[in-house]
This record gives sequence, structure tokens and C-alpha cells, in this order.
Amino acid sequence: MVLDSKVPEGPLADKWDNHKFDVKLVNPANKRKFKVLVVGTGLAGASAAATLGELGYEVEAFTFHDSPRRAHSIAAQGGINGAKNYRNDGDSVYRLFYDTIKGGDYRGREANTYRLAQVSVDIIDQMAAQGVPFAREYGGLLANRSFGGAQVSRTFYARGQTGQQLLLGAYQQMMGQVNAGKVKLHTRMEMLDLVTKDGEAVGIVCRNLLTGEITSHSGHAVVLATGGYGNVYYLSTNAMACNVTAAWRAHRKGAHFANPCYTQIHPTCIPAADEFQSKLTLMSESLRNDGRIWVPRDPDERRAAADIPEADRYYYLEEKYPAFGNLVPRDVASRNAKTVVDQGLGVGPLKNGVYLDFAAAIERDGLDKVWERYSNLMEMYERITGEDPRETPMRIYPAIHYTMGGLWVDYNLMTSIPSLYACGEANFSDHGANRLGASALMQGLADGYFVLPYTIGDSLAGKLGTDPVSTDDPVFQQAEQDVRDRTQTFMSINGTRSPDYFHRELGKLVWNYIGMERDKNGLEKAISEIRALREEFWKDLRVLGNADTLNSSLEKAGRVADFFELAELMARDALDREESCGGHFRSESQTEGGEALRNDDDFAHVSAWAWNDENTPQTKHAEELIFENVELTQRSYK
Amino acid sequence: MSANTLNLTLQIWRQEGPNAAGRFETHEARNIPDDASFLEMLDVVNEGLIQEGKVPIEFPHDCREGICGTCGVMINGRAHGQERGTATCQLHMRKFSDGDTIAIEPWRAAAFPVVKDLVVDRSPLDAVIEAGGFITAPTGTAADANETPIPKEAADSAMDAAACIGCGACVAACPNSAGQLFTSAKLWHLNSLPQGQPERFKRTEAMVETMEQFFGSCTNHGECSEACPKEISLDFIAYMNRDYIKSKRVNRKLAGQR
Repeated sequence: MVLDSKVPEGPLADKWDNHKFDVKLVNPANKRKFKVLVVGTGLAGASAAATLGELGYEVEAFTFHDSPRRAHSIAAQGGINGAKNYRNDGDSVYRLFYDTIKGGDYRGREANTYRLAQVSVDIIDQMAAQGVPFAREYGGLLANRSFGGAQVSRTFYARGQTGQQLLLGAYQQMMGQVNAGKVKLHTRMEMLDLVTKDGEAVGIVCRNLLTGEITSHSGHAVVLATGGYGNVYYLSTNAMACNVTAAWRAHRKGAHFANPCYTQIHPTCIPAADEFQSKLTLMSESLRNDGRIWVPRDPDERRAAADIPEADRYYYLEEKYPAFGNLVPRDVASRNAKTVVDQGLGVGPLKNGVYLDFAAAIERDGLDKVWERYSNLMEMYERITGEDPRETPMRIYPAIHYTMGGLWVDYNLMTSIPSLYACGEANFSDHGANRLGASALMQGLADGYFVLPYTIGDSLAGKLGTDPVSTDDPVFQQAEQDVRDRTQTFMSINGTRSPDYFHRELGKLVWNYIGMERDKNGLEKAISEIRALREEFWKDLRVLGNADTLNSSLEKAGRVADFFELAELMARDALDREESCGGHFRSESQTEGGEALRNDDDFAHVSAWAWNDENTPQTKHAEELIFENVELTQRSYK
Repeated sequence: MSANTLNLTLQIWRQEGPNAAGRFETHEARNIPDDASFLEMLDVVNEGLIQEGKVPIEFPHDCREGICGTCGVMINGRAHGQERGTATCQLHMRKFSDGDTIAIEPWRAAAFPVVKDLVVDRSPLDAVIEAGGFITAPTGTAADANETPIPKEAADSAMDAAACIGCGACVAACPNSAGQLFTSAKLWHLNSLPQGQPERFKRTEAMVETMEQFFGSCTNHGECSEACPKEISLDFIAYMNRDYIKSKRVNRKLAGQR
């Protein structure tokens, strides 16, 4: 099967404009005749629902939270990129495109990435008009900072709460459309299956999390904006409820899952303190602008950090990468932290972290200056660890943070199932094998505000005059029955272990074998161990209580069941990709200096996996990546 | 950083559903590391309950980093517990002592009926936002973001208000279950910005009157701000009251009445 990315012809800079002219339009008077289901109400979902409502479509939006404002987009701290060049420092749409393609280690689609950079400019305007309180200079104009090692200052931010403020902007805009009667909002509704008829998406089946009621919802198109799958690692910076279920259910109905092995590890998180740790907290990597990263040279070091003399400290990033030092990209910083911790040089009671030290910055700039820059992060750190970073260095360690892989989509954001779209982190499209800092918020809003609302018309236009498939249709009845049966299965296994137990054990396997560094042996082991644990799950799961009330264990069981299947596919994808690129590091494929070594001859493609059936592993389809505008280079941060 | 553990007695509110009668249950929490968060302590208790074949306690939580606003319980009678400016998920067990008895209840407010155990329904907060908590700026209509300069102080003040996480602690802490702090924070965020001016008084009237349908009246106790994990200022309530009075006059004028 040939995957058609539907990338338009023409020069890179003109593709999007040409495409907007070429896609079919739906007459304003006809838009109300189309119903679009939007699943997930984070940045991508809320902005899509709001914009589709404004355009005149009938929209139904679904979230499993009690309010759309809880979506995990809210936790992004650092900022959002926009190629505004307000700082006059040489930024441009092309530079943002180039940085994103290069940062993604040349595993992204040129045309998608260029479009992302183009609309980044409009996003900033749109969000300012929404009343997002971006940081400003004394003259009243917007402030910017350089982020994640970028050579220009193009990141807009709202204190350390940029994700929160952008999400509230999109949420409020959507609530305006709820008020106007154009968006119908369903809260506490979890999508548990996608319904297809004749190979086309026609609706979804949901469980009401408060009453357990299983209901069908039908529309002309379904949009999944359900986030990433980082929670497969159990300990991650994701919220507790983040999951892959909606995307995975779609995958099982025929949507290809692309590049599942591309996961991003964030270098500056707070290390786990004990075995009960339920999640990891990320601290903005802006901390690396002023903090120096080091470990003691002696694995048996017993002295407190402040008492260790300079000569006994190993500033490993500064020593290995004199040019970039502590500001090397996320994957390089993360892998080096793992290396020193694996060597037994880790710090803290569990020896599972490295120091991030502000002493030099405090001496240079004064405590007041440093505190002004990082007070919110330092307070958060102190609250969680009980240690004051002004007196003793922070301890940090990498944690899974974002997943670049996701549902395969074409240039229109349509998956391999007609009329099913995927937006934001749920799709695979724009970041290649690694995402730049401050680009997640940008992509979610780009998809929801400026891409999907145009491209969705192309498939809807052909359906004028047709009604959505009735929920009485046998395809809906069958899907509902499948969901009921599955729920009943979870309730009746009556084993001895909680869903959390299985999730935690699965997480350990995924972290150890499909984490920062992967190799053939480990990945093969991962596949067999994941399968064994999965079998145990289906035999020994214990879900108590009832299915007709709020039941977190039951919800969790369904999500963990899907994580098992995803984890296996991640391992198989990582095994198949015999090269290192971006967030995917195969230890067999590295330069002499220990850097990720790509294999462009064999792997300059997207791996899109097609579901077969329960007993037959997925089949890989390759979408070749064609680079017409950038030259593929080996990254070097020496 | 320490490796101490705590043994605690928990008095936890259990309630099967919205219409069931609730009761306190006593549970022991044993060997809780003091680096654990309050919610991780509840995780441990729930694991134990599942092992014993008892239905685990439902409690609200999600991001566990103090920003999503999902979590929130009354801890010893105080919303989010005794620590100032701290959401329940960021409260850590090192703030408690070995042998403590801790009472844990859901938010208590008529507007927030109990769903199950410690989980309540906070949808009235969304209803207040829906009534007018937005700026009408359809996608694609925006001018360049730097076309409207906003003095830094004004933007900072709007951000102070916008920091609200919508957890509902203000309502739970208020003796009248009033929704003023939540509503006024959103109003000040939008009403203080140039972009928010055209709809300022329409928004104020609609949001305040929607709030009144669900919540009690404010009598300036200040418990809301005291309990707020983001320490939202009581000043915003004064600004809201001023704008509300003005809205009655302005909105009549806009409608052509004198």
C-alpha cells in the first residue's frame, strides 16, 4: 500500500496558500448541515471545536474531564514559538521551519513543518486578541525569550504558565461557542471506540464516567485531539489520566500508527523520591540557562554538594561539549545524565539524579536576579523535595515528556481512515524524531485554529445532502456491544492485582528497554516481557466496585490494556528502525563521539503501522520523506 | 530530603453516589514516606484497600503539579489543607507528624454536589465562564499582536487574576459557599485588558448573574483568598462589584434606554 501524504505541488513557501485555494469549500449556508465530533478539548481540540463552531458547523465536543480546562496542555510551562521576528534578531518563517526540521533530525515532512512555521505568526495574534496575558516589556509590547538552545528569541510566554493561559484562551473561546449554541459540550465522557462503516469514520462510542452509560454519537467527521501516549512509561510528566485509548481504538479500526518509537525525554525533571512516586514533575529547561550540571567524580562521595571542591566535580556537559555546554539539546542532555547515573555517579538518596547548581549564577548576578528569573520553579522544587535550591543544588533527572509519534495523517490531517482526523500531539506530523522546546503548544493551536478548519471542508463538501449514519445502524450497535463486553470482562476477571500495579510494572519495562537508549537485545526482550505481563494482566486483574458509577479502577484498566498493545508496537518500531535519530537512540548506531548516527539511505521514511488482527502483528508501510529544501546534515554540538 | 515514614489515622468521607447517605470511615495509613505527596498517600491506602477486596476511595486528581485544578479536598476542615498557596497535590506528607489523625472530606458547597466519595461536580464554574468569560475574537480576525501595547503593570495584573486554576477551593472555604473569587478573577483578567473592553459590562452582568444562580452571597470573610492555591487577591471582588454596579447603567444605555 502506498501512503499518499497529499503534499501539494509547488514551491515550499506557496504550498499552503495553493492548497487552501485548491481544497473544496463548504458554502456558509451549508456548513450547519454538517456535524463534526471533536474528541479531546485540550489546545488542539478546544481550538478546533471553537473555530469549527464559528465557521458554522454543528460541533459536539467530548472530554473525559469534568471541565475542558483540565486538559494536560495546561501544564506546559515554557512558552510558544512564533516566527514574528519582533526582536529583530534574524528570525523568519524559514528559520523556524529549518530549526524544526533540523531539530527533528530530518524525520519530519517538510511541507507540514513549513506550514506550522507559517501559521505560528497568526497564533500569536489570535491568542493576544483572546486576552492571553503574555509577558510584556515596559513599553507595552510583547516580550520574548530564547528557549531550548534556539539562536533567536522567538518564544512568547506567560510567566511559567504559558500552557495554562493558552488553554484557557482556547477553552474560553469554545465556551463562547457553547453559549452561542454552536458547540455541544459533553464532559466526563470517554471515547472507547471508533465506529466505521464501509471503511469510513461515522462516529464514536463513549462511556459516561459518572453513570457508566454507553452511548453512540454520529457525525460527518470525527476529530481526535486526544494527546500523546507518554503515560505508557507510568512515571512521566503527563497527568495521571493521559492515555492512548482513543487513538489506539482508532488504530484497531484501521488508522495507521506512525513512528511510535519517537518519544521525547525531558532532561530537567525532579527525580523519583520513593517507590510510591506516581508521576514526575517537569521544571522548565530555562533553568539550564543559568544552572551548571555536575556530579561528583567519586561514586562513593559522601560530602554535601557545597563541600565538594571544584576539582572533585564532574561538569560532564561542559567538558564534553565546550561550545554548547549545559545548553545541548534535550536528548543529548538526557542521555548524558543517564550515562553518569549508570556509572554510579548519581546524587540523592536513591543516586538517581544529577546536580543542577545555581551557585555560580548567584555569585555572578546576585541572589535577587536569579530568584527573579526562577522563583516559581525554585518554589515548586522546594515544595516537592523540601530542599532550597538557593542553598543546595537542585537534583534533576530526565523523564518522558512528549511523544512525537502518533496517528499517521496526510497534509489535511486526515488519518488513513477517511473522515477521521487527528490533531495536536495525537498525530505524528510536524516534529520528526524530536520536538523543539516551545513547539508543542504551537502545533496544537496550529492544527486546531488554522489547519483543520480549512482542510476538513475538503472531505465534508462531498457529503452534502447526506445525513450522518443513524446510531441505530448495526455498526453502532455492534461497537456498543463490544464496549459493554470489554467493560464486563474487566469487572469479572477477579484477580489479585490492581490496574496501577500492572501499569507500574509495564512502565518499568518500557523505561528500561524503550527509554533513552535502545538496543536489539533489549527490544527483543521487551517484546517477550511485555507479552508475558499482558497475559498476566488479563488473568490477574482486579477491578472492584460497579460499572454504573464513577470507577477509576475500571477506567484505568481499559487504558492500561491499550498501553500494553502500544508498548509492544513501540518496541517493534524501535527494533525495526536500525538507526539513531532524535529521541530514538539505538546504541548500535552512534558516532565515535557517542552521538546519534542516522542512516538516511535506509530510514529517511515515516514508519506507519497498519493493524491486522489480534494475533497478527501490525504491518509496516513506509512513507518516504523527500527533502527538496534542506540538506541533511549530521548534528554536532561539540 | 529525608527517609522518615509516618503512620496516620485517616477519617475519610465515603459516599456511594449523589443520592446516597455519606459517612466517615476510618483507615490506617502505614509506613508513608514523608517525601510522598498527600495524593500518593491516598494511592497507598487505595492499593491496600484493593488488596483487602474493598472498593478504593474515589478522589479527584490529575496533573499532580498544581496547575490543572482537578484535585481538592478538605483536609482537617481546610480546603487543600493548612499550607498556604498549595493545591492538595502539592501538599507533602513531611508537613504532617507521625501519629496524626487527618480528616478528609469533599468540597462542601450546595453548588458542588458529591459525585462519589471525595469527588464533587463543579460544573457551575463552567456555567459562569460560558455566560461571558471570553473575548469574542473569531479565529482569523486578529490584528498584529503588537498593534495594541498593554502597559506591563496592566498585563501583570491581568495575569495575577488569570492564574486561577478553577479548583473551587474558594467556594469550599467560604462560609456562604460564594463564587465571588473565581468569578471576579476571570472578570478582572478580561475586563482589565484593552481587548476585553467592548464586552466588559455585558460580560460582567451575565457572569455575576449566572454566578448568583448557583452560589451563595459574599460577606467579605476572606476565607476564599486564604484557601486559594494561587493566592488570588480579594481586591478582584471589589473590582467586580464596581463593574457590576456600573454594568446596570451602561448596559441600559447601550440598549438605548436613558
